[in-house]
Amino acid sequence: MLTAEEKKEIQEEIKHYPIKKAASIEALKVVQKYRGWVSDESINDIAAELEMSPDELDSVATFYNLVFRKPVGNNVILICDSISCWLMGYEKLLDHLKEKLGISLGETTKDNRFTLLPIPCLGTCDRAPALMINNDLHRDLTPEKLDKILEEYK
Amino acid sequence: MEMKKPLTQHIKPGQALSLKEYEKVGGYRATQKALKEMTSAEVLEVVKDSNLKGRGGAGFPTGLKWSFVPMGAEAPRPKYLICNGDEMEPGTFKDRVLLEGNPHQVIEGMILSAYAIQAEEGYVFLRWAYKESARVIEKAMAEALSAGYLGKNILGTDYSFNLHLHTSVGRYMCGEETGLLNALEGKRANPRAKPPFPQTSGLFGKPSIVNNVETLCCVPPIVDKGADWFKGISKSEDSGTKLYGVSGKVKKPGCWELPMGVTMRELLEEHAGGMQDGLKFKGALPGGASTDFLVEEHMDIPMDYANVAKAGSRLGTGTMIVLDDKTCPVAFVHNLEHFFAQESCGWCTPCRDGLPWVERILLAIDEGEGRLEDLDILASHAKYLGPGNTFCALAPGAVEPLQSALKYFREDFEKHINEKRCPWRS
Repeated sequence: MLTAEEKKEIQEEIKHYPIKKAASIEALKVVQKYRGWVSDESINDIAAELEMSPDELDSVATFYNLVFRKPVGNNVILICDSISCWLMGYEKLLDHLKEKLGISLGETTKDNRFTLLPIPCLGTCDRAPALMINNDLHRDLTPEKLDKILEEYK
Repeated sequence: MEMKKPLTQHIKPGQALSLKEYEKVGGYRATQKALKEMTSAEVLEVVKDSNLKGRGGAGFPTGLKWSFVPMGAEAPRPKYLICNGDEMEPGTFKDRVLLEGNPHQVIEGMILSAYAIQAEEGYVFLRWAYKESARVIEKAMAEALSAGYLGKNILGTDYSFNLHLHTSVGRYMCGEETGLLNALEGKRANPRAKPPFPQTSGLFGKPSIVNNVETLCCVPPIVDKGADWFKGISKSEDSGTKLYGVSGKVKKPGCWELPMGVTMRELLEEHAGGMQDGLKFKGALPGGASTDFLVEEHMDIPMDYANVAKAGSRLGTGTMIVLDDKTCPVAFVHNLEHFFAQESCGWCTPCRDGLPWVERILLAIDEGEGRLEDLDILASHAKYLGPGNTFCALAPGAVEPLQSALKYFREDFEKHINEKRCPWRS
């Protein structure tokens, strides 16, 4: 079931569009904000709220790579693997992360602290390599700098 | 001569201009002028005369694009004006500078453009990763609304324009005009068949214009200072300034507003500080990942729409990615095609099925397992994904770096195949 807060925020988003289901992406974001990911149950609940079929909503949810249809860790690391970061040391950074966290791309650490995912170009190519952790952008990275940054995320 | 920078002259690093600061440097003067003294047709006319071309990659004349929107009492309503801030072309980081630095110029550009086509509703479409842009734009929208620049009866005139913010949840396809419209309607960002063109039947089936952030930022100075002024600040036949960027292994990567038509040499040597020590220039994608390589022989051509096209590439977004001599060109192109294969929306067969093959073949060549006939297969995909075979232009874009790499770096591909290893790896 959606919480009263989630419902209220989804209704607020609907006001920006002439039809309810146009707010589907906003609604998925609202639920993910509170729960970290979007479960099958949430798909059903959101679809009911937007008066659309769960299948139709799921086709949207599974299209966009930043709607998580599986649980993720407390912190999500999105490492840029596009060309400018690749030129400036993406592979070294990724190897370091994999070794330090003991996981590969697409996996979550056993203590549920980090999920590691690739992301296309973050639009900060003059300060590559870059990655995002949750909503924070980190750039001009080296493995040493990254170690310090990771400590801020519990 | 003083260098004119109408888009960035007031931007301070790390801090967005507030409404007060923007007004102080002449901000919203063009809105006062347009809404109180000009008809919508006159605003359209000055933008047409300015010869402004779209800065999102395609370079289509902005005024001409607007002119296809149905006008008058019979026109379907509401009409929409949408700002495309889904900057996701690898190697591109220019719109971020404008969104984070001077959000009110983006908004004023939207108001003026919306007025020209008499749109009632507008959306700023931002990509997910641009969190700071979203924060800054949201604040600026609230400031503009309470100052009477947005909403009902703007500045006491009959004109009303409501602006909304949409932040996306990923996918390169959202930057494609019709894919963006589908995303705004809450659907998968697949492309639409054209015709009908968005100008007549776009968002929710209504007349819609989608313009890039940088394009919109050009509109206030054009309305304020006139078409001739805008043409005069360029070095080339294409008018205005351009945000140029350079990334890769140069001494000082960055983004600069320069007169349209500077050369690649000037960009690389004067602004980006030249190549890092010990490295030589081998080639560059002049306007993001989806543009054809340019090489040493193109160093002195002006970087404008016509001249880059004549050299066999596209100005694209104007943000250049540099390939150096110590980086393997096959691995470089493999990285690009991995991106395109992953980001293909899956709507059209050549792109959905072709790009994963391209990616796998490039990986095999890079790992020393390629065959000479693979080069013909790669070339055939470049043909199948070429213009006219898919619904959107991102498919032809995806093979532009591939086809030009096969042209300029063929020896390097062959070396991988003949030596059964990557010559760049020890």
